[in-house]
This record gives sequence, structure tokens and C-alpha cells, in this order.
Amino acid sequence: MATVVTSYEPTFWDKLYIPALFQGLMLTLKHMFKKKVTIQYPDEKHVPPEGYRGLHRLNKYPDGRIRCVACEMCAAACPAHCIHIVPGPSPWEEGKERYPVRFDIDLLRCIFCGFCEMACPEKAIELTEIYDFADYSREGLWIDKAGLLEIYELTKDKNFYDNSNEE
Amino acid sequence: MDRRGIKSNFLTTTVESAINWSRKNSLWPMPFGTACCGVELMAVLAARSDIARFGAEAIRFSPRQSDLLIVAGRITIKMMPVLQRIYEQMPEPKWVISMGACASSGGVFDTYSVIQGIDQFIPVDIYVPGCPPRPEGILDGLMKLQKLIEKEKISDYSHPHSN
Repeated sequence: MATVVTSYEPTFWDKLYIPALFQGLMLTLKHMFKKKVTIQYPDEKHVPPEGYRGLHRLNKYPDGRIRCVACEMCAAACPAHCIHIVPGPSPWEEGKERYPVRFDIDLLRCIFCGFCEMACPEKAIELTEIYDFADYSREGLWIDKAGLLEIYELTKDKNFYDNSNEE
Repeated sequence: MDRRGIKSNFLTTTVESAINWSRKNSLWPMPFGTACCGVELMAVLAARSDIARFGAEAIRFSPRQSDLLIVAGRITIKMMPVLQRIYEQMPEPKWVISMGACASSGGVFDTYSVIQGIDQFIPVDIYVPGCPPRPEGILDGLMKLQKLIEKEKISDYSHPHSN
């Protein structure tokens, strides 16, 4: 048994399209007074919450020694094999005997999974909240020990994107 | 015609800066989204991080109409000829953004079939790290590309990577 479908027959007002036009314009007008969702990126930056996995850093003890003992647990845990460590004897008298002579991370290969952070027994490597670091070359995104320690200085006290303390 | 012989003077530098200004503020991207980065690329176009603020919202799926190739996602050996062909179909001047770990270096996919970085086959101007990068990462890459375009000279008018 076939069902009879009666389609909507447009009235005179429908055919004018003017009410429909104003309906649409009203919607636009309504959105003009709503809260804007766009984040004006370079001027206003999203502040990631605690635990965001961005650019890496190498932590230091308060006296300036590097926490890392070059056990290479992070390099072993890394699924992308982007951490390259050259261990050596520590130059400091106190503390652990080993320390990384070189500690390089290929940021282009890194997938920011945080496994290195979890594997680290010394809480030396950590992922910070920095998320915008595009570059012009592959070499520019190869971060070394000095770079990682610099990131530590930038992020140790406060959130990198949090400007609330500055005037 | 060899344009390298043109000496820069007041006229050429003024025209140059005008052309560069208009080029950098009207990049038309050709998205080559082959993986999850492609989905994140859609988020860049959406209202929250509105790429239209930088004049690059006119996404063209035709390489002939675009001047910015955004490679988002892993490229396999089988896909590379397609990407190369799309790159060659784009008119000069053209720029390439390699988005995410997979396109830039292969990422976790260190296998026989995945290209370990598209820069082995096509020139790349901007590398955006991340898996996938945040929309802000792409916008940062786009702003860095705009700085690169600003510096282009009329004397080497063709793209620095092309012959």
C-alpha cells in the first residue's frame, strides 16, 4: 500500500522570501551581541592547564646541578626514538656520578606522549605547556641540553603563557 | 627572462613590498590532509582559532588556485607521487608547510612504507612540530611564513627553491 506524501505548498509570503531573509538576519544580529569565541591568538594566548604536554625541559636541583643521570630510560621508553643521550662522568663533587654530556631531542619526531616523563626515575625530564614553536628548518627543531635547560628557566616559576602577574 | 639582473631601486622596492604585503595576507592553502593532522587543520579554520584573521581561510582543493600547500599527515611511498604532482601543479610563487611529526620526519612510523620527512622530495618552508600541533602552532607557523614572504626580493622573483 503506497503512502501518499503531500508536500508543503509555499504560500505567497513564503514565495516573497522576505520573512525568511529577516529571520536569517535576526540570527546574525543575535550572534553579534553574544560572547565571541575566537581567541585572538598572537595577542591573547590560550593558557593550557596543568599537565599539558608541550615542549620538553630538563629539571635542575636548586644548587644548579642537572637532575638527569643519563640512565637512558626515557630514550628506551620513547616510541618515536627521538631522545639521544651521550652519558659521561658528572663534573660535580656531590650527587650522582653520571650526567648527560649531550641530551638532544628531535622535536619533529617527538609525538609529545609523555612516556619519557613517566619513565624518568629522577624527575629530570618534563613536558611543559609551551605549544607554539614552528621553525624554518629541521635543524632549528633539534633541541639540545642548553636549550632544554633554558626552557626550564622559562617555565620553572609560572605558566609560560600566564601574564597575570605582570602589571 | 632573467630577472636576476634587475637592480633594486625605489620603484622596485616599493612594488616589492606592496606585492609581498598582498601575498602574505592572502595565502590560499591547499590542504593535503592524510591523517589526524587533517582534522586538526579543520579546527584551525573554525571560529575558535579563525585562520581568516590572517587571510588564509580560502581553502582550495584545486592546486591550480592555491599558493600554500599544507601537508598534514603521514605520506607513504605510494602517496608521494600524488603529493609531488600536486606540488608541481601549483602556480608560482608557492610555499609549503609541513604540519605535524609524521609529515615532517615520519614520527613514530619509522617503517619501510612511510616517507621519513617530505622535505626529501619537495621543499618545505615551515615545519610545525606536534602530534598533532595545536591550532596555535599552525597559526604560529603561518605567521613565520608571512615573515618569510615579507623578505622576498624582486631580483630573485621565482621561489628560492625552484630553478
